[in-house]
Amino acid sequence: MKQVFKRPNSLRDVPFHFCPGCHHGIIHRLVAECIDAYDLREKTVCAASVGCSVFMYDYFDIDVCESPHGRAAAVATGIKRALPECFVFTYQGDGDLAALGIAEGVHAANRGENITIIFVNNTVYGMTGGQMAPTTMLGQATTTSPFGRDFRREGYPIRMAELLSMTEGTAFSARVAVNTPKNLMQAKKVLKKAFEVQLRNQGFSFVEFLSSCPTNWKMSAEQANQRVHDEMIPYFPLGVFKEKSETDIL
Amino acid sequence: MSKPKVELVNGNEAIARGAMAAGCKFYFGYPITPQNEIPEYLSKHLPDIDGTFIQAESEIASINMLLGAGATGARAMTSSSSPGISLKQEGISYMAGSEIPGVIVNMSRSGPGLGGISPSQGDYFQATRGGGHGDYRTIVLAPFSVQENYDLTIKAFDLADQYRNPVMILGDALLGQMKEPIILRDNKPGKFDKPWALTGAKNRKPQFLKSLYLNEGDLTQHNWKLFQKYQQMKAEIQYETYRIEDADMVVVSFGSVARIIKSSINMARDKGMKVGLFRPVTLYPYPEEILRRLSQKVHHFFAVELNTGQMVEDVKLSVDKGSRVDFYGRPPGSIPTPNELFDEIQKVYR
Ligand SMILES: Cc1ncc(C[n+]2csc(CCOP(=O)(O)OP(=O)(O)O)c2C)c(N)n1
Ligand code: SF4
Ligand SMILES: [Mg+2]
Repeated sequence: MKQVFKRPNSLRDVPFHFCPGCHHGIIHRLVAECIDAYDLREKTVCAASVGCSVFMYDYFDIDVCESPHGRAAAVATGIKRALPECFVFTYQGDGDLAALGIAEGVHAANRGENITIIFVNNTVYGMTGGQMAPTTMLGQATTTSPFGRDFRREGYPIRMAELLSMTEGTAFSARVAVNTPKNLMQAKKVLKKAFEVQLRNQGFSFVEFLSSCPTNWKMSAEQANQRVHDEMIPYFPLGVFKEKSETDIL
Repeated sequence: MSKPKVELVNGNEAIARGAMAAGCKFYFGYPITPQNEIPEYLSKHLPDIDGTFIQAESEIASINMLLGAGATGARAMTSSSSPGISLKQEGISYMAGSEIPGVIVNMSRSGPGLGGISPSQGDYFQATRGGGHGDYRTIVLAPFSVQENYDLTIKAFDLADQYRNPVMILGDALLGQMKEPIILRDNKPGKFDKPWALTGAKNRKPQFLKSLYLNEGDLTQHNWKLFQKYQQMKAEIQYETYRIEDADMVVVSFGSVARIIKSSINMARDKGMKVGLFRPVTLYPYPEEILRRLSQKVHHFFAVELNTGQMVEDVKLSVDKGSRVDFYGRPPGSIPTPNELFDEIQKVYR
């Protein structure tokens, strides 16, 4: 019988610790599938971040380096410069990249650093208990914006994929979602493109995943998927915001 | 044997050249006075050896690039001066926790805050007590000449690899800016097995470098392991003694102050005062046992520093009870002259 579904080789055979309905597990799986698709398991080094995805080395069957909160893009820069033949990516939450690590992210992009950032936007700080993130939606109540985010007080949710598409060194920047099978299939296509950009040494590639945090959103898994559709996608549109062509290297 | 290669170089450049002699291929830094000759030299010369120079967006980014490069087993360095070193502390702590080697140079300037660019030894506590969060240590080497800037930088890379630990060079504006002739070594960079390095999991199991230990007891065990390593570092203790054979008072100083006070000690000797110098070269691990043994012979110590009293605490902790420990220090602003320090010696001598 033809096997149509199996665990990617780059994922270990252990259960995820993520809460039920959390998209981190889906995104992990997509990343692992892409690593397998390009046969990169033995030449990949990941700079992990601090957030709910901090245990990547427990799940991925690849080399992983822990980074201080926010600094994964700098750690990945050091790794990639020392190992230009390796595939190097970071996996960062919205607190990690869009707050603490925004300088490291923007400058890695602007240097055209040949790394890939996987950015998981769940509009909250998941790991620390649901505090406000730079991506928290207007009106969204969190443990540190209990009355709902008000732009007069807390400013606006930040659109990282658009922001990073602005730097000249960025070769690829896109936003995807995994809340429906259709979006998931599309997400994988886009993620593969980002991988290919790095494999062709084209420079910085970036994929933002709209992700769910049912626990801190205080929703069921279904409600959380619906929220991605109803609230997040209208403000954080899906699409490719920058794509350098293969000949387009300055 | 061929004649040694001697060149007149600036103190900061000596550090950069020491790094290259040690086989350092990666440098990450952010400009700050008084250490800019280090990145300037390396930006020009690292490309000669296919190395990488990055002027990072911040000291925070620099230290984390160092962490990343070090994680692959590469020899890498960052340098800065006091305010920038403060910014690097979280990264240094992670490197110590994950046991990632790397060399960090602090050509310190005066603080607190933006302070000034004059020489200072005000970062002694920060350098020797860990500096960042958690119960860790970095090896700290304190050169006192341009030659030592060069030689100790070479040594720092070997120590970092040997102990899988960050190593700090603690100099100051004076040591960075002065020019002296130095002997350039025909150094063969030390070779260290690095089975822990992250290089892509080819022909081996995947591995990781981390400092997070959440399971019951694991972090305790990890910290004890680090502690044992810090104990082993005592084998690296380095110091210099000068005219102490018959001394009845021993001056204890490090770095540029030790350099100046050697002249003051000679002046004192000319006046018949039996004064010598003890100069720690490793500030961590501190040569406490050597000082303790010395204090069984000599009972009067005089700590002199370019701060208001930091290393003097280590002197007091080292020497036998009953020893007299005097202190002279001054806040940053002006560099003491040999004559001024001779006056201070005279004041406390007997
Ligand atoms: C320097 C520092 N500040 C704060 C923290 C605490 N902290 C850990 S994870 C986190 C936020 C994580 O949120 P995010 O990056 O969005 O990841 P998520 O858990 O939502 O996937 C914070 C603030 C830390 N570990 N280090
Ligand atoms: S707290 Fe949120 S982000 Fe973290 S695992 Fe649970 S659902 Fe996922
Ligand atoms: Mg988050």
